[in-house]
Amino acid sequence: MAEKIVYQRPKSWVEGVHSHYCPGCTHGIIHRMLCETLDELDIQDITTGVAPVGCAALMYGYIDTDFIEAPHGRAPAVATGFKRIRPDRLIFTYQGDGDLASIGMAEIVHAANRSENITVIFVNNAIYGMTGGQMAPTTLLGQKTTTTQSGRDPLRAGYPIRMSEMLASLASPCYIERVSAAKPSHLNSLKKAIRKAFKNQMENKGFSFVEVLSTCPTNWGMRPTDACDWLVNNMIPYYPLGVFKDFD
Amino acid sequence: MAKTLMKGTEAIAEAAVQAGCKYFYGYPITPQNEIPEYMSKRLFEVGGVYLQAESEVAASNMILGGGATGERVMTSSSSPGISLMSETLSYIAGQEVPVVVVNVVRAGPGLGGILPSQSDYNQATCGIGHGDFNLIVLAPGSLQETVAMVQKAFDLAQTYRTPVMVLCDGVIGQIMEAVEIPEGHGKNLSHPEKWACGYMRERGGKRNIIRSLFLDPDELEEHNRKLEAKWHEIEKNETSCEKYLTDDAEVVISAFGTVGRIARSAADSLRAEGYKVGLIRPLLVSPFPYKDFETLIPTCKHILDVEMNWGQMIKDVNRGVKYRLPVSFYGRSGGMCPGVEEIEEECRKIFAELS
Repeated sequence: MAEKIVYQRPKSWVEGVHSHYCPGCTHGIIHRMLCETLDELDIQDITTGVAPVGCAALMYGYIDTDFIEAPHGRAPAVATGFKRIRPDRLIFTYQGDGDLASIGMAEIVHAANRSENITVIFVNNAIYGMTGGQMAPTTLLGQKTTTTQSGRDPLRAGYPIRMSEMLASLASPCYIERVSAAKPSHLNSLKKAIRKAFKNQMENKGFSFVEVLSTCPTNWGMRPTDACDWLVNNMIPYYPLGVFKDFD
Repeated sequence: MAKTLMKGTEAIAEAAVQAGCKYFYGYPITPQNEIPEYMSKRLFEVGGVYLQAESEVAASNMILGGGATGERVMTSSSSPGISLMSETLSYIAGQEVPVVVVNVVRAGPGLGGILPSQSDYNQATCGIGHGDFNLIVLAPGSLQETVAMVQKAFDLAQTYRTPVMVLCDGVIGQIMEAVEIPEGHGKNLSHPEKWACGYMRERGGKRNIIRSLFLDPDELEEHNRKLEAKWHEIEKNETSCEKYLTDDAEVVISAFGTVGRIARSAADSLRAEGYKVGLIRPLLVSPFPYKDFETLIPTCKHILDVEMNWGQMIKDVNRGVKYRLPVSFYGRSGGMCPGVEEIEEECRKIFAELS
């Protein structure tokens, strides 16, 4: 009987490496979906990634495409500079909530408003992961972090920012969707969204933005499975999944 | 192109276009706005890209991304805007991306004023951002020289894969002079397929990563050693200086950029009065021509350093003459420019003391 392969390393995943991500972190799932998309669309060798500052700063260790490192928050500007000169190539940014929604707020808003023909993967885990669990702009009200030790208080720290809704208020962007990486039942939508965000760029449709709700078991202080449940029970009610903009 | 009467900012822009620069990212700031304005029209004619960024922070990151294609890219700004770009320039140097930055310096600190100044000499020459790196800095003294230096900046950036700054001041930006802009210059010297992004398919699946993050200290030290070796190569090959009437000069004026030109007029008229005055003018202020200054030691009795700031270049002058000559200073600040007569007067005082 012929062998049937049901699961294997995507071609775009660097051979023989294990990631540095904490056990239970959903970056690995999102990276895999990204690699599968690069393989399926046959775009690995015409794609450049822009690495952020944050836990994913070393993502080029796992994803085998050209890469440019960006200063903290500036990935959309770096991608813009590249894509305007090389419209025949694809480019994506992969940014966390501190990177994109705090220090890089101006760059993401203006790249979206110009509808730069780029793909943005926004990983929202409601906390600063790499620096050790400080409050992010997306930290939920009452959520404890190392800089909101009795929980985020809106009077002192404002309310969590809903990036997808905010960017969808602009006239120009092409596609904005929020998905989740917490449950197996979420993963089809996650993969579909990433794929669409690249397809849009290939068809020169303009700015495509996928927000992925993600866990940080280490800094949330939870077991990985509890973290997934916490995401479903606390993040999704505030950050509803769905398509916020689609020019199709 | 035939000799044409042009404004400095426009000459800078056209010189860049003729040097093969088709990509400009920038943000408005006085006194350099005519550069982006000119580019916004001109680059469409040559099939290039002009993009007005949302800030200088974004503009500098766009040239990082644009430079990562291996093409000739530039931005221009003025002092406060350059401060905002300084973080990215550190990344660009560490990531070895060729870019050209034109800085039409205005008076500071803070918002300061919009008139000419040389008050960003230290910022430009003492490692503009964080980390251990140097910037190549050219300091033109006339429009024709500015044209040549802007074009040279692209060659230097690509030859050494490093950020290069053309350090002008508001006088260079706003003056009108007859200039001739050489055409057809602009061969890409950087071999982009070897290091740039966007060539993975042509390279048979072999990728390039443009990075400055090295968490392993051994690896980072090795990377920094490579950058340092490159800088020594630049010092060896590119240091450049003008010496005017210095062979028998008892007093030598040291100055850069616009002030060098004013000081030259002062030297000429003092010579006519019988004073043995010369001028030494670094054409690149980084790397600094220390050896040229050293040659002054046997004959020169006194150096008068003149700048449009409070004496930022003096430390380099002193180092150049090995602290063996007296160096005095005359300068103006805040957008005020030292005049020919003021410099002459300072020199006469020095001669009176020498005799």
